[in-house]
Amino acid sequence: MKYFFLISSGLKRKKIRTGLTILSIMVAFILFGYLTAIRQAFDAGVEVAGVDRLIVRHKVSLIQLLPQNYESKIERVDGVDNAIHSTWFGGIYKEPRNFFAQIPIVPEELFDMYPEYIISDEHKAAWLETRSGVLVGRGLMDRFDWKLGDRIPINATIWGKKDGGRTWEFDLVAIYEGAEKGTDTSQFFIRYDFFDETRANGGGLVGWYTVRVSDPDKAAEVAAAIDAEFANSAHETKAEAEGAFIQGFANQIGNIYFIIMSIMSAVFFTILLVAGNTMAYTVRERTNELAVLKAIGFTDRGVLGLVLGESLVLTIIGGTLGLGLAWFLVSMGDPTQGSFPVFYLPVRDVFIGLGLIIAMAFVAGIIPALQAQKLQIADALRR
Amino acid sequence: MTTNSSEGCLVKVQAVDKVFKRGSEEIHVLGGLDLEIPAGEFLALMGPSGSGKSTLLNLIGGLDRPSEGIVDVGGLRIDTLSNRKLAGWRARHIGLVFQFYNLMPALSAQKNVELPLLLTRLSRAERKKRASIALDIVGLSHRTGHYPRQLSGGEQQRTGIARAIVTDPTLLLCDEPTGDLDRKSGDEILDLLQALNREQGKTIIMVTHDIHAAARATRILYLNKGQLSTEAID
Amino acid sequence: MFNWFSQIVAVTHFSMRSLPQRAGSSVTAMLGITGVVAVMVGVLSIAQGVLRTMESSVGDNNAIVLRSGSDTEMMSGLAGEDTRIIAEAPGIARDETGVLASPELFVIINLPMLTTGTDANVPLRGVQTQAMSVRSSFRLVEGRMFEWGLNEVIVGTGAQGQFAGLGLGASIEVGQEKWLVVGVFEAGGGLAESEIWVDAAVLQPAFRRGNSYQAVYVKLESSDAFDEFKEALTSDPRLNVKPMREAEYYASQSTVVYNMITGLGTLIAVIMGMGAVFGALNTMYTAVSSRNREIATLRALGFRAGPIVISVVSESLLLAFAGGLIGAGLAWLAFDGFLTSTLNWASFSAITFAFDVNAKLLAQGIMFAMLIGLVGGLFPAIRAARQPVAQALREL
Repeated sequence: MKYFFLISSGLKRKKIRTGLTILSIMVAFILFGYLTAIRQAFDAGVEVAGVDRLIVRHKVSLIQLLPQNYESKIERVDGVDNAIHSTWFGGIYKEPRNFFAQIPIVPEELFDMYPEYIISDEHKAAWLETRSGVLVGRGLMDRFDWKLGDRIPINATIWGKKDGGRTWEFDLVAIYEGAEKGTDTSQFFIRYDFFDETRANGGGLVGWYTVRVSDPDKAAEVAAAIDAEFANSAHETKAEAEGAFIQGFANQIGNIYFIIMSIMSAVFFTILLVAGNTMAYTVRERTNELAVLKAIGFTDRGVLGLVLGESLVLTIIGGTLGLGLAWFLVSMGDPTQGSFPVFYLPVRDVFIGLGLIIAMAFVAGIIPALQAQKLQIADALRR
Repeated sequence: MTTNSSEGCLVKVQAVDKVFKRGSEEIHVLGGLDLEIPAGEFLALMGPSGSGKSTLLNLIGGLDRPSEGIVDVGGLRIDTLSNRKLAGWRARHIGLVFQFYNLMPALSAQKNVELPLLLTRLSRAERKKRASIALDIVGLSHRTGHYPRQLSGGEQQRTGIARAIVTDPTLLLCDEPTGDLDRKSGDEILDLLQALNREQGKTIIMVTHDIHAAARATRILYLNKGQLSTEAID
Repeated sequence: MFNWFSQIVAVTHFSMRSLPQRAGSSVTAMLGITGVVAVMVGVLSIAQGVLRTMESSVGDNNAIVLRSGSDTEMMSGLAGEDTRIIAEAPGIARDETGVLASPELFVIINLPMLTTGTDANVPLRGVQTQAMSVRSSFRLVEGRMFEWGLNEVIVGTGAQGQFAGLGLGASIEVGQEKWLVVGVFEAGGGLAESEIWVDAAVLQPAFRRGNSYQAVYVKLESSDAFDEFKEALTSDPRLNVKPMREAEYYASQSTVVYNMITGLGTLIAVIMGMGAVFGALNTMYTAVSSRNREIATLRALGFRAGPIVISVVSESLLLAFAGGLIGAGLAWLAFDGFLTSTLNWASFSAITFAFDVNAKLLAQGIMFAMLIGLVGGLFPAIRAARQPVAQALREL
């Protein structure tokens, strides 16, 4: 592009101004990237939820337990492939701050229901051999620097032990990795048989069921059928798609989309205003120069292109710097230190960011560019 | 260099009017003007402020259009050309020298001179070569890397002239080229212009209010109240 | 000194006159600051709202007793017998109804959110007669109190505003039964407003809790009585409990949510602030450069650099103040009192709160704006004042 040096000279004319505009744009895109990562953290669970899985819980309250014998009944419902139960252990590891999910579950059932948890055969065997063994996700391992073979004590707030104590001890014998970037690897799985025989009360009761349906398209029907099965019983159920269940939690945390989109829009609008104003001012200031270019023989369109070109270079530099910095900041980890199971910037959104850069360049630069195009040489030179 | 073979006149201005609108007011700057300029002439246009000298220059250079009348340069009716065609025409045929030089402050002298060549199909090496030649002609080969703010007034104007001749234009239009310079620098510029006219046959039209500058030309015309004459009117 | 002062006046007068020409860029700078302040105040008002909910309605005299080892009501468990013993501890205030000690049960019930239709975990509290008197800010605002022993509930104003099916006269389904909503209450803006209350004796069988509770809320005779109260309970061999000042309890509950929101909010505000500073600097530099000739002329005439800098900075501060004021005002109009809910990680249930744009936040917002104005105006001003006069005059 032989006209490039002309564009860059235009930008170099007022270095401070160019620099500041680039910095403002950079900030806008840092924010865009970071907020997108936050939004993704809330959405991730929903995205990787199994399309063929349902969650069945107590209808009245999440903290109410369901009978274990519901499992075989659920499996008899038409369209159900497999049903497994899980329970909320809710213990504390050292301090309440170190919150993570601990879940008693039947190992073979877990292997079957969650193919996205990648476990080596060796570890599977180790877990099946050790009653007090636990399966821990990679993310959780890294968070506390645990090693295979560690003894992990958990202080149970809900489940007292038959011997009267409250401190449960588990052996870390198996690790799982996530198949996808958004898979939650922050969980701690306890063997259900160990849990059931050690807990002081609540025997025969479990927290909720995870059900795999044979045909994802019929998920809603199967859910309704399950609920019908237990309607009017002592423990009524509510069955829904796993994704919907997780979305429900996100919704409770707050209408995240709305808040994030509002902030991003406000920021973009403001920065657009500043960038546009700067460019408009630049054109006004350079009326003489632009007129000279036209006098020499540059066409109206050529001058329009020059101004848009400057706008584009500015926003590309600022925008890519911003996205890059956002990527870097996001890779430094979860800002809430543990509340988000995953935290990353999806590639898809990086591309959206690039698109926004181009759009911003155009919107900020188009009016000044049009003004430059319409400049009348004789008038401008006279000034 | 093109010459109009049938009449030997490079520039023909016929019955040209130019009216400006200032708000609701109409100002008639030029009225029924006729002018013929043969190729190879060094014409000086003089007249008081507001007489329309620069306006006439602009019309001849295709920087503006007449309200009425014909402007013919090198056999081409430039008053009928579209803006786009005019731009292209100017790039090839016109060289402009301004009172305040109008160089790009963020470009070096060399790059400033190369500017009009961007509009051609020449390669980078070619452009560089031509610019160097032009700068050599004006005597600035030792200052090509300097920026306008680092050059004296005279040097800046010489750069301006180099830029004006780098495309080997048909016509050189100069609007008060020595207006901002001291006597000595001004004389150097005029020497240069005269040399371009005598040795290279460049057709030059120069607007000036300096008698000494006008004296260098081959013909002087006076413009007063939109009318040309060969006599100065006080 | 007088000379300086008169110079400042002259320069400022001069620049005010040229302000209309620079209206475009001035308004833009101002709007930029407005945007930043509005968003900043809005985001931080969320944290303020959560904090207010957590902290309010907690007097110094209030305490809560949980089972030892529990950090939240949810995780705690006290036998009915234990609550009776606790009610006999020294230091508890009394009124004509008796000892102000209230044993309570805390569970979660699922109700759809009004905004999204998806389920939320709504706190359901089983209370006894003392619950209302222990909480001094409790007030029924609509309907009536539920009748003891009946399947009737009262709902907090916050809960009613966020969750479906809590209008007066509506019923909530609990298992096979329907519980009627008969009243709406306020509790000084505190956590209780996110809750639904029912007779503990009705809740216990519904959730199969036997005669157990989770916490005892007490109102002490005085703030100083707490130590005596705590000592008596922890040294009692029959009990295994953890008494806490209620204020402390709420503080520990709110930490996670508050930290998360404040952490995120501050991070966003800081980044935006930087953007605002760059934007302001940019506009100020541009504005000043448009006046370069003016400034150079003034200096050539003999005005000193100092008054010029002061004039430019004051203009910048004025713009920033105006922008900040408008931004804060917008935030107040748009956000204050906006009711929403979030998840209280400690109790795993919803807490409703209103965005709180309070005076402190507004002041912070405006001060932040002025800071941006100061920084944004100072550098360009100094630069303009230090440029060699001759050069400035030459620049077109």
